[in-house]
Amino acid sequence: MTSKNKWLSSPYILWSVMFIIIPLGMIFYYGLTDKTGAFTLENITAIATAEHAKALWLSLLLSIISTVICFLLAYPLAMILSNMKVNQHSFIILIFILPMWMNFLLRTLAWQTLLEKNGVINSILNFLHLPGMNIINTPYAIILGMVYNFLPFMVLPLYNVLSKIDENVLDASRDLGAGSVHTFFRIILPLSIPGIISGITMVFVPALTTFVISTLLGGSKILLIGNVIEQEFTQASNWHLGSGLSIVLMIFIILNMIASAIFDKEGEGSML
Amino acid sequence: MEKELIQLVDISKSFDGQMVLDELNLNIHENEFVTLLGPSGCGKTTTLRILGGFTNPDTGKVIFDGTDITQIPPNKRQLNTVFQKYALFTHMTIAENIAFGLKVKKKSKSYIDDKIRYALKLVNLEGYENRMPNSLSGGQQQRIAIARAIVNEPKVLLLDEPLGALDLKLRQEMQYELIRMKNELGITFVYVTHDQEEALTMSDTIVVMNQGYIQQIGSPESIYNEPENAFVADFIGDSNIISATMIEDKLVNILGTRFACVDTGFGRNRPVDVVIRPEDVNLVEPDQGTIQGVVTHLIFKGVHYEMEVMAAGFEWLVHSTTLFPVGKEVGIRVDPFNIQIMNKPESEDEEAVAIDI
Repeated sequence: MTSKNKWLSSPYILWSVMFIIIPLGMIFYYGLTDKTGAFTLENITAIATAEHAKALWLSLLLSIISTVICFLLAYPLAMILSNMKVNQHSFIILIFILPMWMNFLLRTLAWQTLLEKNGVINSILNFLHLPGMNIINTPYAIILGMVYNFLPFMVLPLYNVLSKIDENVLDASRDLGAGSVHTFFRIILPLSIPGIISGITMVFVPALTTFVISTLLGGSKILLIGNVIEQEFTQASNWHLGSGLSIVLMIFIILNMIASAIFDKEGEGSML
Repeated sequence: MEKELIQLVDISKSFDGQMVLDELNLNIHENEFVTLLGPSGCGKTTTLRILGGFTNPDTGKVIFDGTDITQIPPNKRQLNTVFQKYALFTHMTIAENIAFGLKVKKKSKSYIDDKIRYALKLVNLEGYENRMPNSLSGGQQQRIAIARAIVNEPKVLLLDEPLGALDLKLRQEMQYELIRMKNELGITFVYVTHDQEEALTMSDTIVVMNQGYIQQIGSPESIYNEPENAFVADFIGDSNIISATMIEDKLVNILGTRFACVDTGFGRNRPVDVVIRPEDVNLVEPDQGTIQGVVTHLIFKGVHYEMEVMAAGFEWLVHSTTLFPVGKEVGIRVDPFNIQIMNKPESEDEEAVAIDI
């Protein structure tokens, strides 16, 4: 690129300064100061208080469980899709992507309506004289919401990496005497690691930081770390504590990013 | 000839209603270098995949060493394949790649280590154990693919256009390597290629295929010197294919002139095709030739000159180390044993086959 064309990148530089660099700087400023503006680590160490630690622990637990469920659902599906012919699988991928085009809030609200005590699902169960279920406002509803919302983000990188595996490589494995189980664990699974890491990142990070799903499906009783941070900003107006807790959360996200960078050296899984 | 190892009996296969192989029969002997040669879509790769067990034939049987293995999956067959694009396991080191088949068979570590060393020596890549496949050149990767297959001591090695992705110089080098490896291993090679030069260089037996049919089976010499039909003649090397009439045994009428030849048994006044290789057309002074013509094109090809001579209404392709300039009147002479007589295609189908290429 010649120096003449450098000005072309100025809108993006402006954008990233205004909406990424400055906000990040503000979070670190607020997170590391108290109300008088003096330096303090109190906002960071506040994570150790029982209430905050519990919220962080629950967030980690629920997002890990959701990620595992997403992985177990998505992997076989991605394998089936990658074995299909192009005109067949594009339809099925469309079906999976279709919900993603609808607003995230709307989809989650829909689940609220479905799961409510007198909601759609219970009405049907009631009509069939079956015992109703009561999972709204429980951690299970939150997991359901997370899995439902983030599943496509697991399917796509897995599908992407699996469909790129050369058919000849699988033939070679069989040719050398390996059965299908052996081929799966020694060839397919290791070759799909970049996609697995990418999928895990794209489910785990948004699940860890969400507060909408827990608010809508978890009621007011279950607080995730995202809810705590949100409340510090919107209700308690304590930007300092909110920023400090955000920094703690960021550490977990960065750890995840480092892990994916190590495994995904060739950038194969990063299609989204 | 050594004993028969593989028999393909009445193999037919179609994909999406398209016939790829039609009642193909082929016998492969022990310790033979067999090349399946033909243009793309002729069914040669499908034949190889049926041998390897990756494709099931619609009808017919694959007999291996006296046993019917048609329904046996590839991982249970005593043959190994070298794939066109190497198909190495990119997440494993070279040593792990080579050890893969042996680990599946639960061989001891010392046995595996010995085999890896032996195989790397055979393919001239000693010391590459801990490299990753992607750090190797195409030629080296292909050698590893061969090493990975042969450590399993297959009775037959199947090679699917293994040199197709290499450049010309490397390809020629690998041809000699493959012949050396085959002699060292003493096993059967079944080799698929569309490159006639590769086939002529390496094979004991060449199977020329087109549109799902075997056109001719024979040694490289017989395929080249005595093609059985126009397709084979045209596919293997350059040739002049001319419509002619067989007057009687050892006498043929080519373009209105009588030529002596050595073929017999075609009957009297029968229409035939005649093949004359361009290097067998001798250009002489006009009065010494059987027929006369004029040079119309001249290209220098390094080893020889390639000329086109218009004579008796036919453009003759001539290879000669002697130069005859464009416009010169020349005589054409052909030795009787260099005139190869072939039957005319019997059906229109076969005719289409010949014209296709």
